Amino acid sequence: MNDSANRQETAQSSGSSPIVRLEGVNKHFGRLHVMQDIDLSVAQGEVVVIIGASGSGKSTLIRCVNGLEPFQSGRIEVDGKTLLPNGASGKSLQAVRTEVGMVFQQFNLFPHLSIRDNVTLAPRKVRGMTRRQANAIADRLLERVGISDQADKHPTQLSGGQQQRVALARALAMEPRLMLFDEPTSALDPEMIGEVLDAMRELVNDGMTMMIVTHEMGFAREVADRVVFVHGGQIVEQGPPDQLFDQPRHERTQAFLSRVLKH
Amino acid sequence: MEFNFQFDWQAAIDSLPFLLKGLPYTLLISFAGLAIGFVIGIVFGLMRIGPSRWIRWPAVVYVEVFRGTPVLVQVLFIFYGLPTLLGGPIDALTAGIAAIALNAGAYISEIVRGGVQSIERGQREAGLSLGLSPPQTFRYVIWPQALRRMIPALGNQGIVSIKDTSLFSVIGVGELVRQGQVYIANTFTALEVYFMIALLYLAITLSLSLALSLLERKGLVG
Ligand SMILES: Nc1ncnc2c1ncn2[C@@H]1O[C@H](COP(=O)(O)OP(=O)(O)OP(=O)(O)O)[C@@H](O)[C@H]1O
Ligand SMILES: [Mg+2]
Repeated sequence: MNDSANRQETAQSSGSSPIVRLEGVNKHFGRLHVMQDIDLSVAQGEVVVIIGASGSGKSTLIRCVNGLEPFQSGRIEVDGKTLLPNGASGKSLQAVRTEVGMVFQQFNLFPHLSIRDNVTLAPRKVRGMTRRQANAIADRLLERVGISDQADKHPTQLSGGQQQRVALARALAMEPRLMLFDEPTSALDPEMIGEVLDAMRELVNDGMTMMIVTHEMGFAREVADRVVFVHGGQIVEQGPPDQLFDQPRHERTQAFLSRVLKH
Repeated sequence: MEFNFQFDWQAAIDSLPFLLKGLPYTLLISFAGLAIGFVIGIVFGLMRIGPSRWIRWPAVVYVEVFRGTPVLVQVLFIFYGLPTLLGGPIDALTAGIAAIALNAGAYISEIVRGGVQSIERGQREAGLSLGLSPPQTFRYVIWPQALRRMIPALGNQGIVSIKDTSLFSVIGVGELVRQGQVYIANTFTALEVYFMIALLYLAITLSLSLALSLLERKGLVG
């Protein structure tokens, strides 16, 4: 159908081979078919924003990419490593996770560790860095997200916006090839959304490959190379932001956009 | 009825050196039993949330059996019953430590299970998403947080188990109560001696409470 033609176009227009490729991925939660034959490719350096109503399967989709959700059929390739259905991925599961960073809606910082140790834990334990090496990286990243003066505090002592920026620094410390964002600003007070989006913008400018689930439509239009609209476990429509927001082809997309863009 | 009995402080103080001979046994049974019980509790508590029913099932049976029967019966079984199975005697001290370990282990299994399960799913997901292996995620993310939450319940169990050791006078371990009984048999000063024994238990359990609350407070910051 013209969806898939559309997708082909976008993947090719970016010029390089995809870093993420989902092929015929199906996932069920019991009787609920939350991912229905999903095909999706993301090119190196591409910023893909996934939108859709609550319960449409956006989180499930991106959580499959780093193996937080198992799926029942199809395959997912991430940077040359393959995730297989039903938890049969073996070693590639952890290999994928070390190369894919994720930022969660609820931050999920480790409350028992200082801000600095939140950032250094994975580099030390996974990459085998010394504390000194890891601290140097942490200090640079915390500086970059504007939290350097809080490194010795604990997560609960920080505001939501600060916590989410630490979560971003924590993920970046593993030098990921791909970043996943699941509604990174949805749990924030309105006045803190901007600072997190700013940090993400900076990442976009650095050329990071990103898959972002968000309800911030203005931000999506600004940073996305491609917007994917998900409904009922299917990719209904995708395309460049101007096209998808201004001339949505599918009536479900139109209905969704008219609801969210009104307020 | 006429109240013509006086509390004899001198008798109470006089009993103290004899009673204190029981203190090492009370402490040894309590702390050795609890230390082993903690190890048992971690193993079975984690088995109870294990991935397969063949792992969970034995843990459920263990917990139900040792939580559902009295410590007194357990220690009598070990001390008087097991030797006929094993063909050799078990000394009273070992029987006491084993009974505390097995009994506390069952309760601690439940504490461990509850503590680990109380950690939000997102913590595990964050650990895994950073590339930590599942065991690393447990070791560095889940367990330290779970342990901190478990401290009050563990302290509670410690106090219960310390008091349970008083039952082991029945198998002749020379712990506090046993020493008291021996002393009373010669001096007929039950009021003073049991009062002193109660005070000694209180001193042990209060020290434990205090130590744990310090640990908890320190844990909250560092
Ligand atoms: N662990 C689970 N068990 C059963 N059903 C689930 C589970 N997780 C999600 N679902 C269901 O799968 C569907 C898709 O969920 P998902 O979280 O991917 O939606 P979403 O698009 O991210 O929604 P939201 O905008 O609310 O975050 C929903 O109907 C949800 O109720
Ligand atoms: Mg979601």
